Amino acid sequence: MNTLALAVILPFAGAVAVLITGSRPNLRECVSLGTGITLAGLVASLLPAVLAGQRPHITLAEPIPGIPIAFEVEPLGLLFALIASSLWVVTTLYSIGYMRGHGETNQTRFYAFFAVAIGSTMGIAFSQNLFTLFVFYELLTLSTYPLVTHAGTQEAKQGGRVYLGILLSTSIVFFLLAIVWTWTIAGTTDFRVGGILTGKASPFVIGLLYALFAFGIGKAALMPFHRWLPAAMVAPTPVSALLHAVAVVKAGVFCILKVTLYVFGLDLVTTSWASGWLLWIAAATIIIASLVALQQNNLKRRLAYSTISQLSYVILGAFLANASSIIGASTHIAMHAFGKITLFFCAGAILVATHKSEINEMDGLGRHMPFTMAAFLIASISIAGLPPLGGVWSKWYLLLGSLDAGYTVLVAVLMLSTLLNIAYLLPIPIRAFFAGDRNTPRTITEAPVPCLIAIGVTTAMCMVLFFYPDPILQLVGLLVG
Amino acid sequence: MTLAQLPALQVILPLIAAPLCLLLRSGRLAWLLSILVSATALIIAVLLLRLVLENGTVIYTYGGWAAPWGIEYRVDIANAFVLAIVTSISTVVLLFSRVGASWEIKSSEQSLFYTAYLLCLTGLLGMTVTGDAFNLFVFLEISSLSSYVLIAMGPDRRGLTAAYQYLIMGTIGATFILIAVGLLYMVTGTLNMADLANLLPALEQSRTVRVAFAFLTVGIGLKLAMFPLHLWLPNAYAYAPHVVSAFLAATATKVAVYVLVRFIYDVFGSSFAFDSMPLQSILVVLGAAAVLSGSTVAIFQHNIKRMLGYSSVAQIGYMILGISLASVSGLTATLVHLLNHALMKGGLFLALACMAFQLGGTRLVDLAGAGRRMPWTSAAFVVGGLSLIGVPLTAGFVSKWLLVVAVLEAGWWPVLIVIAVGSLLAVAYIWRVIEMIYFRSATNPDEHSEETHWSLLAPVWLLIVANVYFGLHTQWSVGVAQRAAQMLFGGPG
Amino acid sequence: MEVLALYNYWVVIFLMMTGFYVVIASGNLVKKIIGINLFQASVFILYISMGKVSGGAAPILRETIQTYSNPLPHVLILTAIVVGVATTALGLALVVRIKEAYGTAEEDDIHRQDESL
Repeated sequence: MNTLALAVILPFAGAVAVLITGSRPNLRECVSLGTGITLAGLVASLLPAVLAGQRPHITLAEPIPGIPIAFEVEPLGLLFALIASSLWVVTTLYSIGYMRGHGETNQTRFYAFFAVAIGSTMGIAFSQNLFTLFVFYELLTLSTYPLVTHAGTQEAKQGGRVYLGILLSTSIVFFLLAIVWTWTIAGTTDFRVGGILTGKASPFVIGLLYALFAFGIGKAALMPFHRWLPAAMVAPTPVSALLHAVAVVKAGVFCILKVTLYVFGLDLVTTSWASGWLLWIAAATIIIASLVALQQNNLKRRLAYSTISQLSYVILGAFLANASSIIGASTHIAMHAFGKITLFFCAGAILVATHKSEINEMDGLGRHMPFTMAAFLIASISIAGLPPLGGVWSKWYLLLGSLDAGYTVLVAVLMLSTLLNIAYLLPIPIRAFFAGDRNTPRTITEAPVPCLIAIGVTTAMCMVLFFYPDPILQLVGLLVG
Repeated sequence: MTLAQLPALQVILPLIAAPLCLLLRSGRLAWLLSILVSATALIIAVLLLRLVLENGTVIYTYGGWAAPWGIEYRVDIANAFVLAIVTSISTVVLLFSRVGASWEIKSSEQSLFYTAYLLCLTGLLGMTVTGDAFNLFVFLEISSLSSYVLIAMGPDRRGLTAAYQYLIMGTIGATFILIAVGLLYMVTGTLNMADLANLLPALEQSRTVRVAFAFLTVGIGLKLAMFPLHLWLPNAYAYAPHVVSAFLAATATKVAVYVLVRFIYDVFGSSFAFDSMPLQSILVVLGAAAVLSGSTVAIFQHNIKRMLGYSSVAQIGYMILGISLASVSGLTATLVHLLNHALMKGGLFLALACMAFQLGGTRLVDLAGAGRRMPWTSAAFVVGGLSLIGVPLTAGFVSKWLLVVAVLEAGWWPVLIVIAVGSLLAVAYIWRVIEMIYFRSATNPDEHSEETHWSLLAPVWLLIVANVYFGLHTQWSVGVAQRAAQMLFGGPG
Repeated sequence: MEVLALYNYWVVIFLMMTGFYVVIASGNLVKKIIGINLFQASVFILYISMGKVSGGAAPILRETIQTYSNPLPHVLILTAIVVGVATTALGLALVVRIKEAYGTAEEDDIHRQDESL
């Protein structure tokens, strides 16, 4: 059994182990954590081979003649897998503190489906063809549904319906159609460097296909198919943190990047008529989602709209389809992941410690939870893309990409977005530290220790990535030669 | 005994066993005989399929009278495939019914039940295997009459009215087929299907042949519940005993679809059906309407068995769409879906039967909290439901994929939208059930019911695992269906 | 005159439509069965008249006769008659059971009782 197969199968095995050990919480948590650490190690061990130019691959089954379920490690997928698996470890640690501190029920189900979701994410990251990608994409949707509806309340069920409704319908109506169409045109669904569609169809069909992919991958939350993400915020915070800031949404933009790179190829995208107007939809999503975020009083919803806006940075990078923009988009997957997960961790910590979820109730909290609020501040700056934090690099490359493609307007869009980021994120920690509020009871203290450790790790990563972005840049550099 | 006798044995064995069941009196012994016969029939079907795949068509002439004078049984890849589906589903349902049937059917009536069951099996197998048009009518009536009896055996009195309604509509359908066979005999002087296939192309312009074709299509359409001739089906499935619903849903309509395919592509020939008759536009419209209306109505059902019935109407719509494409890939999709739909509907009805027995009913509200009380059965229902929706890694996905590829080949964009919308509607009606199973606690929680016995779970999971197996390994299902479709189009068997 | 020469078909069509009408229009379950019987009988006549060869004698082998009517449709229709009898018997048995369960054999009353459930 080689490392690659193990990396995909391990989380599923972990889910089974969690179910078996469900009656003994301590053992169950050890199993979760152990699976996470092993997985991160396995994925990391693939790194040297990929940097050396190898592409390990494996075929599992062949359901339809010519379309196998197969995996192959390429730089972009490895980057995504690295982020997801390493953050899974951190999130598991955080969950232990959060779920116990919050007194949640059905924890075994929670950990089991969490593991399945990560397994699906690995499947997406390493998929060798569109079909495999689609299989794990759907599996990810289905496995996160019980997590979204975890609370079991009417509100949770409502959120779950929107979640499932949008993700499944876009994927069946647009994504699957695009895949089948690609298959009939190209005769294959394999991901190949330079694309598989060049010269196979008229520019009109290519453009239509590209638009189908862009909207069909609903997990990328391109407007108008973004509503599922705020709806998913009814989930427990660790789910929102890992899945709806990292695994699920990043799986969406990752799919778009992968399709851009390996199905169409950069040249084909720039010459197709669709990328021209799709660019503006992505740009509009960036601005509109930021404006909506400004009006949200619920912290998690504000973060969700912020995520929608940030996802479109990556989509924009993919649509621009030049070397700098692709580097920027890929790097942004990493940078945004670390920043946003920190913000969600903080939101969860506040919820556990104070049972507050609305922003206007958080005035003065900084005095009681200084560590959490400081982390929030740092992560906010990273999200906005300002030095000295990691977020600056991806935004830099995206700006370069916009200029290379000759879209000066997009530079203005990105700048405006930075201002908006500051406007909706920074007031929260500032008011927490400086606004006077005498109503806060003295009894409030920081969240449980496991939560704080998790917050500390991800915040540190935001800072480290500013000074040492080289590993990521080296990896994504392989994408554009 | 040589292999040449297999086609006859396939039909005669259950036919002889049926009255024996009646003589046995004891329900347990009758069950034992039935399952032995059904398992033997399965072995025969598998042997036949292997034989046909290797050596081509197997022909058996009754009494040594050569066709077209005598009746011949003619097994080629297409009907060997259907035989295998029918016998395997029948065997699995019988495995289930040792306990499953005893819940709903009085012990004094059980030997009658198995008699009717075996007669129904005889009829279905006979319809599939025969090469004679009139013989087909006789077997159709054998299977229909016994299925009316089976449906009427349900514990609910509405089963009686459902059976009556089915009897009226089924008889009209069968009589239409009889008229069609008569008209064909008038112009050709033969009843042998292969002979008909040789003679009919010369008579393409004959008005009698056209009328016969119309009668035949409507008659078979009634039997296979083609929209809008499907009205008998939801009630029949809803109020029949659960095992009967599972058996009929997975086999009866499948055989009817096969008969339609046989007549359209083999006897009349696709050029007659699609070029000189406007069959294509009719089937496309009816198939699409079936998919949309069946799925939509299914969403609003309170009784889950009725819901599955309407879902069957929709699924038959997909098969009709596949037929209407008039291409090898479309026909392949239909034939594969015959198998896959049999597996998923059989599994769903049996899982639902387990729930009904433990939780006291098949209404949506009865299933509240089933996820906790019957985890294995609920999981089976979920997997079956996912297959019905067409989620990847399940058999349902494979059929849907093949159908979409076939539709794309023809460039029928509106149909593509219909298929997509149909899948979404399927998500809606299946999800209602899943939400009820997992998110609603039981109405009377003190009532302590537990998981069903493993002897019931085993057949359920056998079908569910088959759903996943045929979602991953399709050499058998798609491979055979493809060869059958090529053969029906006149290619090499 | 051609129209009249095909009188057997007119009989068939008339019988068939009558039977069909009874099935659809009658609310009484027994009458529906009678309608179905008429409907089937029309097809029996279609088959029987189909076997007639003009100038042909009854199909009994004789030295002097050259042309026979076709016996095959008659044989076929014997089978169909048996099927028809079985259908009628089963249908009537069902009506008896329905009458026991609902206390009526009228379609409207049965619907009313089912809806009130």
